Amino acid sequence: MTKFVYLFRSDPSVFRSMSPEQMQQTMKKWMDWREGLEKNGHIQQGQRLDGSGKVIRGNAKAVTDGPYVEVKDSIQGFLLVEANDIDEATELAKGCPILEREGTVEVRAVAS
Amino acid sequence: MVSYLSRIFGLGRLDLAEDVVQDTLCRALEVWPIQGLPDNPSAWLMRVARNRAIDMVRRDAHLRYFAPELVQLLTAGEGELAQAPPLQKQIAFEREIKDDELRMVFSLCHSELSTEAQVTLILKTLGGFSVSEIAHALLISEDAVEKRLGRARKIFRHSGGFEELTDASAIGTRLEAVYQAIYLLFSEGYHGSGREGTLREDLCFEAIRLALLLSEHPIANTPKTYALLALLCFHAARLGGRADDDGLVQLELQDRSKWDPDLMSRGFCFLERSSSGEELSDYHLEAAIAALHCSAATYENTDWAKILELYDLLVRLKPTPIVALNRAVALGKIMGPEKALTELGAIPDAPKLKQYPFYPAAYGEFHLLAGRPAEAAKYFEEAVKLARNGHEASFFERKLKACGIDVGS
Repeated sequence: MTKFVYLFRSDPSVFRSMSPEQMQQTMKKWMDWREGLEKNGHIQQGQRLDGSGKVIRGNAKAVTDGPYVEVKDSIQGFLLVEANDIDEATELAKGCPILEREGTVEVRAVAS
Repeated sequence: MVSYLSRIFGLGRLDLAEDVVQDTLCRALEVWPIQGLPDNPSAWLMRVARNRAIDMVRRDAHLRYFAPELVQLLTAGEGELAQAPPLQKQIAFEREIKDDELRMVFSLCHSELSTEAQVTLILKTLGGFSVSEIAHALLISEDAVEKRLGRARKIFRHSGGFEELTDASAIGTRLEAVYQAIYLLFSEGYHGSGREGTLREDLCFEAIRLALLLSEHPIANTPKTYALLALLCFHAARLGGRADDDGLVQLELQDRSKWDPDLMSRGFCFLERSSSGEELSDYHLEAAIAALHCSAATYENTDWAKILELYDLLVRLKPTPIVALNRAVALGKIMGPEKALTELGAIPDAPKLKQYPFYPAAYGEFHLLAGRPAEAAKYFEEAVKLARNGHEASFFERKLKACGIDVGS
């Protein structure tokens, strides 16, 4: 088994405009997807990142606020998973509901 | 998972500031998918909502008018609880939620609001209903729902305060609206008129939960509360037989062994407790009608004469077109289809039933019984068109087939 990291990117404001019904549906989709991964022992751990943050640059150690990519592509969190190979990890990520609202999942192998 | 979520979304009560709830749910939606469900999701939501509310009050002077409620919410029992053992903490937490919920129910029934508006507001904030679901449940347009909510929010902005559960007289006058909201919450679940179209039993049991909440509080456990509870239990008992894989099953074909004997006996128990007062309310009558259906071993054994008698009383007490429709159906069981059709035609305020699929379906049923399948088919076609979900549609389509007539398309 190899370790992979899923990096979730999406527009963080997307939940704000949802009705309770849509929220419920979205939550269910996520939980179904997670459950599938969990059942087969893929999930190691996951962490959600807050929107706030600092970026430190260069020798001058200049500090700026916030994530430095475009907001709509900002990293929302990561999930550490185990899979046989990158193909399986990719296949599993295709079920992620984030894709339904134009988010992305970046699949990266953890160096062994 | 589903019942879980509806319990969570029932947490809408936390807010007069709807934003807090919205934020909290957003937060859950952001965190849970990635970090997994917390051990105690409702406690998690409560904590996040609390913190968020404190933040909002601190940051925004305009929100200070919420402060009295929030302070009360936020400080309730926290001090001594921090040291309490976990089980005690859990019990206190649950009691606190119950009291908050009850307080919220009564607070939403503000005297400056019409009963309809109160009902709408309770469904929105406590039941977590969407605007379209409320529109279906109340047989009004979505615009009308929005208008009611807007008006209600305005009133709360000026004079919104938490209703304490200590003043018996104030609570008494507000009980009526609370009953109606619970009743509607139940029927929304029972008829499953939302888009997803399943019988949403969770909503029914949420309504029963709220009614139980009333019955557990000395200030709200009136005979009428028990009558409502009895009614809900009798209806809920029949949920198991109401649908099969192909959709809704009509009463005469339901497998009565699937009805829940436990809920039925609870129903009878509550009905007994409801008979202590002087008042004979519409809920007493409806509960008695439901009890008669439940106690009939077979459809043929149903005591229609007694049921019609009760409907005669009910229609006087609650002269709505839907009650009149049900009465006409009961009347038809005794006096035959032609009489029933006459009664259906005589329903006052029938235009209100324009969107109600069971209205044309009742016409269809009695035309069919009267041996006019072609006529009946026309009405069932209309019912299919008005059906609010797949369950209802396939139910009417089955009836349409039973007419054995090839209609048009």
